[in-house]
Amino acid sequence: MNRPGLRWLAVVPAAFLAWFYAYPIVRIWWVGFVTGDDGLLDAIGTAGVSDAAAFTVAQAAASTALTLLVGIPIAGIFARFEFPLKRTIRAIITIPFVLPTVVVAAAFLALLGPRGTLGVDLEGTVAAILVAHVFYNVSVVVRTVAPLWESIDPRLEAAAATLGANRWRVFREVTLPLIQPAVAAAAALVFLFTFTSFGVVLILGSLEHATLEVAIWRRAVGAFDLQGAALLSILQLIGVATLLGLYGRSQRNRRVQQNLLAARHTTRRARSGPERIAVTAGLTAVVIFTLGPLLSLAIQSFGGLDNPTLSYYSTLDQRDFAFAVPPTEAVANSVTFAAVAAVIAAIVGGIAAAVVAYERTSFATVFDTVLMLPLGTSAVTVGFGFLVALDRPIDLRTSFIIVPLAHALVAIPFVVRTTAPVMAAVRSRLREAAAVLGASPRRAFREVDLPLISKALGVGTSFAFAVSLGEFGATTFIARPERPTLPVAIERFLGRPGGESFGRAMAMSVILMLVTAASVALIDRHRDGDF
Amino acid sequence: MEHSRIHLSILLSLVLVALAACGDGAAPGPVRGEGTVVLATHDSFAISDETWATFTAETGYEVEVLTAGDAGTLTNQAVLTKDNPTADVLYGIDNTFLGRALDAGVFIEYESAGLDAVPEELRAGPDVTPIDFGDVCLNYDKSAVEPPDSLDDLLSPAYENMLVVQNPAASSPGLAFLLATIATYGEDGWQDYWRTLIDNGVKIAPDWETAYFSDFTVGGGGDRPLVVSYASSPPAGVIFSEEPLTEAPTGTVQVGCFRQIEYAGLLTDSDEGRSLIDFMLGLTFQEDIPLNMFVFPANVDAALPSEFTAYADVPSEPLTLDPATIESNRDRWIDEWTDLALR
Repeated sequence: MNRPGLRWLAVVPAAFLAWFYAYPIVRIWWVGFVTGDDGLLDAIGTAGVSDAAAFTVAQAAASTALTLLVGIPIAGIFARFEFPLKRTIRAIITIPFVLPTVVVAAAFLALLGPRGTLGVDLEGTVAAILVAHVFYNVSVVVRTVAPLWESIDPRLEAAAATLGANRWRVFREVTLPLIQPAVAAAAALVFLFTFTSFGVVLILGSLEHATLEVAIWRRAVGAFDLQGAALLSILQLIGVATLLGLYGRSQRNRRVQQNLLAARHTTRRARSGPERIAVTAGLTAVVIFTLGPLLSLAIQSFGGLDNPTLSYYSTLDQRDFAFAVPPTEAVANSVTFAAVAAVIAAIVGGIAAAVVAYERTSFATVFDTVLMLPLGTSAVTVGFGFLVALDRPIDLRTSFIIVPLAHALVAIPFVVRTTAPVMAAVRSRLREAAAVLGASPRRAFREVDLPLISKALGVGTSFAFAVSLGEFGATTFIARPERPTLPVAIERFLGRPGGESFGRAMAMSVILMLVTAASVALIDRHRDGDF
Repeated sequence: MEHSRIHLSILLSLVLVALAACGDGAAPGPVRGEGTVVLATHDSFAISDETWATFTAETGYEVEVLTAGDAGTLTNQAVLTKDNPTADVLYGIDNTFLGRALDAGVFIEYESAGLDAVPEELRAGPDVTPIDFGDVCLNYDKSAVEPPDSLDDLLSPAYENMLVVQNPAASSPGLAFLLATIATYGEDGWQDYWRTLIDNGVKIAPDWETAYFSDFTVGGGGDRPLVVSYASSPPAGVIFSEEPLTEAPTGTVQVGCFRQIEYAGLLTDSDEGRSLIDFMLGLTFQEDIPLNMFVFPANVDAALPSEFTAYADVPSEPLTLDPATIESNRDRWIDEWTDLALR
């Protein structure tokens, strides 16, 4: 379809990115090259950098593959079956996504450390990094793939089965090609996320392994070598852009329009014995994998199993100590920031997704790639960029909006990646049929496209909310008005010696988990539209 | 082409909402109007509301606090925004990063009258005002080990596999302990010291939280009875312990401590900023420091809380290095340490 108005609408997301992404990072690079003293190639030439680059790509590729392997079967279960507590389980597997690294590290060390309950010591190994990355990102795959999968007509699969294909062949030759855009989108998100992994690598990884993100941070913050940091972040960006270019090209000719159905027509209860076993086993595995570390945190928040106590919770509100953020205040701040970030991301990302999905030009492909770049750019580069760039024409550097802006920058790619594939897959013939039946274009859009799109947009929005709750992006590197969020409150408790401090940090983490699960479930409920 | 106009109207209204949201939020957070002073500091900063109320009552100024990562990030931000500062006063920069800010000339000279009550050895020239200090010291588990008498002792078999330290590239106390070994053994000797320390089974943790809460025997049930932490950790351990304690379960090793001094400096040439620095050296602020930030006030007249007088041992001869020396060598030392310890 030809939609002449859409291309110039790209101005909105383009202006957003230009102001809050491109301009800041170009400014900080410029500062780096102007103030840099000598040895332009010193930073690139050292062996450490090529090692870091190789390790960055290798661990991101391995993490992505593993996450897909775990996530796709779970996405299938969510897409095809009805089961009790579905929304609750979907909310639970999103919790890891928002937890601060230092908290996850504590949980993992309790389970998989030198004295871990599981008896395996993964401390300081690459395996620990990979397991943590899967733990963090499995919900990205489930939430990105399931919406498209559950909209696919199950009769296609049934037809193939009737023709004699076994389950694996049905999946490989019918289902996979149809869900492929969403799988690729999930892979791209997980890859970028792990490509710029920072805390997990720094805390859980062996100390000699450093990603480019860690190397950039060391140069920019530790050594204040902005020139070296600029070179490394340009290198990082070139890597990301190359990979995204390949991704875009692989997707361009693979768009399939299809009859998307509402989930209530495609999901059902597990029927046969083997089906029930598979669904139960899959769900049990992912719930244990997710809940294991979360439970170990929860247990510590009650002071252990031997002598459980509520005292960490009842003493969280410690107004005697100025560093202790009252939990209500932390929750209010977190939720406010997250709501604003989610609204910005949904609007900017929604418009951007429409441009990407309905424009079938190379312009759209390039635009799509550019939209993803913030997710693959080091947080310190963006954060310091904000500082040197956002003081004119209005000084945004110290305003309230700077925090949700930084979060939205990371969240927009999630909105685009979850929404665009669904938008592109809606069959134009459906819309035309509606027109033939006398529906106005407005009505055709409202009744055909909108229900399917708004659902995908809902998925993207709840991601944006979660991204902000987890404080992703540049926020730690910008000066912010003192409105401590849940992750900040957790870190403040963790910064004090004494058993009570640790217990309270864990109690605050449990509150973060509950807030995450509750808000994600609420957004999901809204998008399901069945309350 | 009706449908495209419809899309446009929907999307345009969304854009207008977005712009409205932006415009709304763009109203500057800290209103730097008349009578407000903006303080930029690090994430660990905390002071009680009553103290700020006193400041406002005494001076008529309201305080707006901006927090910005750790001391290193804070320093870099001050350098990056030198031409258009985000705050009037910077507080929380320490002697391990001070040289960087002094080199860049971010501060406006100011000598507060309150400096008379600050010991000479804490001062660092006319650009900055010392506000507090803390000593990074080894902490030991009183029930598990006798404290070593010197850094040399740590090399003996008696302390094999007992110590956990932090990576100086990523951790402030880790860097302070590295500087303590450099101050003790000199440019020619510190690397040999570390090689032997590593042979003796020192564990290197990524950050203070992991070292203290996962590896230290007291903090979190680890197996290392010696940890690099702060002289103020034992009183904090008492205040935040599970049960009321009469004795701290941990002690401070009195040798090999490195002194971190935190400074405040003036970023804008303003009376508000000067009165804030004056206030920060005054007794109200100084006496509020220990229980909120677990460091010691720079003003010798400030009274310490009972937990600090009872359980904190201020080392009598802490190690220090000149900020300029640290600034010109820090990155090289960290690189050399990384080469010998992690590769």
